[in-house]
Amino acid sequence: MSALTFTLKHRPDQGVDMSPLVPHLLEGLEPKEIAALELQTGKRKVRVDELFTISGSDTQAIVIKNSVAKLDFIGKELQDGSIKVEGDAGAYLGFGIKSGEIIVDGNVGLYAGCEMKKGFIKISGNAGDFLGGALPGNKMGMKGGTILVKGNVGERAGDHMRRGNILIEGNAGDYCGSRMTAGTIAVMGQTGRFLGYAMRRGTLLLWNQPQLSASFNDCGAHTLAFLPILFASFKKLNSKFADASIAFNRVQRYAGDMSEIGRGEVLVKLK
Amino acid sequence: MIINGVTIDATFAEAFPMKATRAIITAQNEKWAMISAQAMTGFATSVIACGCEAGIERVLDPSETPDGRPGVSIMIFAMGGKGLAKQLETRAGQCVLTSPTSALFAGIDGGTRIALGKNLRYFGDGFQASKLIDGKRYWRIPVMDGEFLAEATTGQVEAVGGGNFLVLAESQPQALAACEAAIEEMRKIPNVIMPFPGGVVRSGSKVGSKYKSLGASTNDAFCPTLKGATKTDLSPEIESVMEIVIDGLTKEDIDKAMRVGIQAVCDLGAANGIKRISAGNYGGKLGPFHFHLQEIMA
Repeated sequence: MSALTFTLKHRPDQGVDMSPLVPHLLEGLEPKEIAALELQTGKRKVRVDELFTISGSDTQAIVIKNSVAKLDFIGKELQDGSIKVEGDAGAYLGFGIKSGEIIVDGNVGLYAGCEMKKGFIKISGNAGDFLGGALPGNKMGMKGGTILVKGNVGERAGDHMRRGNILIEGNAGDYCGSRMTAGTIAVMGQTGRFLGYAMRRGTLLLWNQPQLSASFNDCGAHTLAFLPILFASFKKLNSKFADASIAFNRVQRYAGDMSEIGRGEVLVKLK
Repeated sequence: MIINGVTIDATFAEAFPMKATRAIITAQNEKWAMISAQAMTGFATSVIACGCEAGIERVLDPSETPDGRPGVSIMIFAMGGKGLAKQLETRAGQCVLTSPTSALFAGIDGGTRIALGKNLRYFGDGFQASKLIDGKRYWRIPVMDGEFLAEATTGQVEAVGGGNFLVLAESQPQALAACEAAIEEMRKIPNVIMPFPGGVVRSGSKVGSKYKSLGASTNDAFCPTLKGATKTDLSPEIESVMEIVIDGLTKEDIDKAMRVGIQAVCDLGAANGIKRISAGNYGGKLGPFHFHLQEIMA
C-alpha cells in the first residue's frame, strides 16, 4: 500500500485549513470520499480534489507534495501515523499532536507544535514564532514529545512550555523559553535577547554564551549527571544532536528567572 | 548420588515466594559505587530480623550503566511489596543519596513500579528538578558535592527466596574453602544474590525454639558439637557445616546458581574433606518451591 499523497495543484490565494487531512479522520474512507471532503480556505470551502491531486491509499502515511506556507493546521491533533510535508508548511503545524510524527522538508510558519501533547515533529528548514508555544491566553504550551528544527526559529520558542524537548540546530530568536513551566530547549546556534523571560522551571541548554537578563544568576561551573542521559536519548534522531561528539556534561549554570520563582536554568557548554 | 567422593543427599531445599527489585548505583569510579552498594545492602542477611535480604548482584561496566559511569547492580528481596518499597527507600536515602558522587537508577524496567528517587526528591527542599527522558523520570537533587541524580521508580517483580544447600566437611577450614569456591562461581550467575556475609551462613536455623519468644533457633541436627547430644544428622567424621542461601528472580535462576555452586564444592571433593551436600527444608509444608539436589545435579 503506497502513501496517501496529496499533490498541491496551484498555490491557493488564501490560507487553507488542512486539519481534516489526518490519518485518524481519513481511516476507512474511500478515495472518492476523501476527494469530496471540504477544506476551509478564507471564507469559502473547497473540495480536496479541487486543490490536490490524490494518489495512494495508506491513510497512516500521508504525504503532502508541493506544499506552500498557505497550508495551515497540517497534522492537527494527529493521533498516530505519519505526515510528510514536501515543501513549506503554514501556521499551526502539528497543533495539539498526540502521537505519531510530522516531517517537513521546508520552512514552517507560526505556532508549529503549538500545545503539542506527544509525538515527534521534524522541521528541516526554519520555524516561525511561538514554536511549541501556547495559544494566546492559554497557560500551557507543549506538554510532551520532541520538536527538532534544523534551521532557525523565531521569537518566543517554547512559550509556556510544560514538558518535552525542543531541539534547535540553528539560532533562536528573542524571548526563547519565555514563561516556560518546565521541559528542555536546546539551541546549538545563537540566542536572542530576553532569553528565558519569566521562565519558572525547565532547562535552556546552549552551545554559545547568551546575552542574559539581570534576573539570571550565575551558579558556577558544574558537571551534571543527567546530561549524558539526555544526549543519549537524542542518538536515534537524524540530527546533529545525535552526534556523540557534540555532547557535553560540563556547563556554566545560571538560575532564573529570579523575577519569577527562579527554578529554571540556563546551562551553557563550557569551552 | 556421589560426585567426586561427595554424597549428594536425596533431599531438597525449600523456598518461598518473595518480592524483589533491582537498582543500579553508579559513581565516579567503581570504588565509590561499591562503597555505596555495600552500605545499601548491609544488615540485610535475613528477613527474620533485617526486614529484607539484599546483596550485590555484580559490577557493571560503564557501557552497561545509564550514565556511562562505573556501577554496581544490587537486588533487594522482601516478603511483601510494601516492606520492599520501604526498605528500598530508606536504604537509598541513607546509603546512596549520602554517598559521594553516586547516582541511582532502576534495574528492572517492567513490573510494578515502586519509588526509588520519587520521594527522596523532597530532600531537595524545593530546589529539586525533574527531567523526563525517553519516558523515564529522573530527579535531580542538589547536594553538597553537586547533584544527586535518581530515577523516580524501579520495578518490583515476583521472586523466590530461600534456596539453599549445606556443605558438610571434615574441618572448618575445608568447609569455608569449599563455600568460597562455590560463591565465586555463583556470583557469575545473573538474577541471584547470596545475602549472608560473604555469601555464607554458619548459623543455619530451624523453625521454632524452646523459648516461646523465638521463631527460629539453631539447626541442632547439623551442629557438629551436638553429635552425641541431639538427634543429629551428621556422621562422626563431620566437624563443620556451612550453608549458602540464594534468593533469585525465578526458580530457574536459583537452579543455575545451586548447580554451579554445588559443582564447585564437588570439584574440591572428598580429597579436600568435603563429605556431603545437603539442604534445609521444613518437610515441604512451608514453601512451594522445592529444589531437589539430585535433580539439579543430574
